[in-house]
Amino acid sequence: MISIHIKKLLHGSNGKMPLEVNLEIKKGEFIALTGASGSGKTTLLRIIAGLESIEHGYINVQDKTWINSSSKKNIVPVQKRNIGYLFQDYALFPNMSVLKNLTFAKNDKNFAFSLLEMVGLQELSDKMPASLSGGQKQRVALCRALMNQPKLLLLDEPLSALDLDMRKKLQEDIKTFHEKFNITTIMVSHEPSEIYKLSSRVLLLEQGQIIKDGSAKEVLLKTSGSQKFSFEGELLEIYQADILNIAVVSIGSQLVKVVLDSSQAKELQVGDKVNISTKAFSPTISKSI
Amino acid sequence: MFDLDFEPFFISFKLAFYTTSILFILCVPLAWYLARTKSKIKPALEALTALPIVLPPTVIGFYILFALSINSPLGIFFEETFGIKLVFNFTSLVIASCFYSLPFMVQPLQAAIQNLPKSLIEASQICGKNNFQTVLYVVLPNIKPAVIIAIVTTFAHTIGEFGVVLMVGGSIPGETKVASIAIYEFVELLDYESAHIYSFIMISLSFLVLFCVYYFNHLHKAKYD
Repeated sequence: MISIHIKKLLHGSNGKMPLEVNLEIKKGEFIALTGASGSGKTTLLRIIAGLESIEHGYINVQDKTWINSSSKKNIVPVQKRNIGYLFQDYALFPNMSVLKNLTFAKNDKNFAFSLLEMVGLQELSDKMPASLSGGQKQRVALCRALMNQPKLLLLDEPLSALDLDMRKKLQEDIKTFHEKFNITTIMVSHEPSEIYKLSSRVLLLEQGQIIKDGSAKEVLLKTSGSQKFSFEGELLEIYQADILNIAVVSIGSQLVKVVLDSSQAKELQVGDKVNISTKAFSPTISKSI
Repeated sequence: MFDLDFEPFFISFKLAFYTTSILFILCVPLAWYLARTKSKIKPALEALTALPIVLPPTVIGFYILFALSINSPLGIFFEETFGIKLVFNFTSLVIASCFYSLPFMVQPLQAAIQNLPKSLIEASQICGKNNFQTVLYVVLPNIKPAVIIAIVTTFAHTIGEFGVVLMVGGSIPGETKVASIAIYEFVELLDYESAHIYSFIMISLSFLVLFCVYYFNHLHKAKYD
């Protein structure tokens, strides 16, 4: 059981913004932390790790206080928190082999080999990080994060730099490890499919506040009422074809065209965030090639 | 030429060796602090460590002489308690050289630590390592080229010292007479042949040392690219 009640003033790109979080986390939960960039997700993760200070509040983990604003220093410093942390840029030590990277966290070669075997990398144990692909690096980093059998695993957009196939593989690995070791996990992510697949609880952060807290379905599914399909996208262009106004909208990595009426055409501007929804009574689904 | 006295070279190298060793031990923690601090006094400390680059060596020599002489509180303290004089001997040369060569050790180390991805240091902390272990096992091995540059330039700079050494050490044969001063004295005595030999040796050694550094950096770069 982790309870987090913290306050910190952030100096972000949009000026000053208070990060204020009150949160209880149960043991074994897989939490996805999502929200626009600059909303304070990574800072929250770093505060939990002990890499950043707070101004007010406290963090208690299983009746032990990790930090309390009434005492100046971290009561439990980052070195003693026994956490796993996965960085966006992997942060493997370039001067150590794959195996050394793992045993640096805890000198237990057998456990290191068993972790590497679980992600299918035991043959690479003597290789240096520079010779690995991005996906291999992040799997090694994941193993390193688990070496000291942490009670809490923190993942900072761990898959954002990887291609789709590698991302799927790592999602499987993270899931396997979470189930096998029953580690409480907090993952910062932008990727709805990843959040949906992995997490048991989703927190949506906006301007330093948690504005939604629920299951992935409750937080992420955008449909409401009788509308079955709803997508958020960015308006790229409005042009006239004969008497019609046509809007080009980018949704995810796809572009679509939508007809506008004249009042909408005046109202909307290029660059606007828009919702496209339709009533779909019998959508067809087929495997894409 | 074979009856030439090589002692000044020996003293030069001994001085450079001591200075480099002491500065390395002192400057790693200093560079670590300067690279990571957000304190308001950081610019002042940086300016202070860079001073020896811009000051004439005679100024540094003068103040060190003043601070360590037997009339200064420090000089009196050492003379009375340990019976050691702090000026015009080898110890004073080492002290003076440490001030004189300080920036050549601190600056490359500090720049390299600042350029090291922050996540590496944080990853080491998360692995449970304290600052000392982090510096020893993660920071220094990953800034090897900067460490080599810092050590070599400090060493070479100390070998090339003249003004400070002359002010603080005098030119006592076998004690404080280093190669650069020996050359100066040969020229003064119009003994150009000895001056040529000494100078040629200095140039050759310096070139060799610098060549080795650049060659190492070349290899190191090739390995990681």
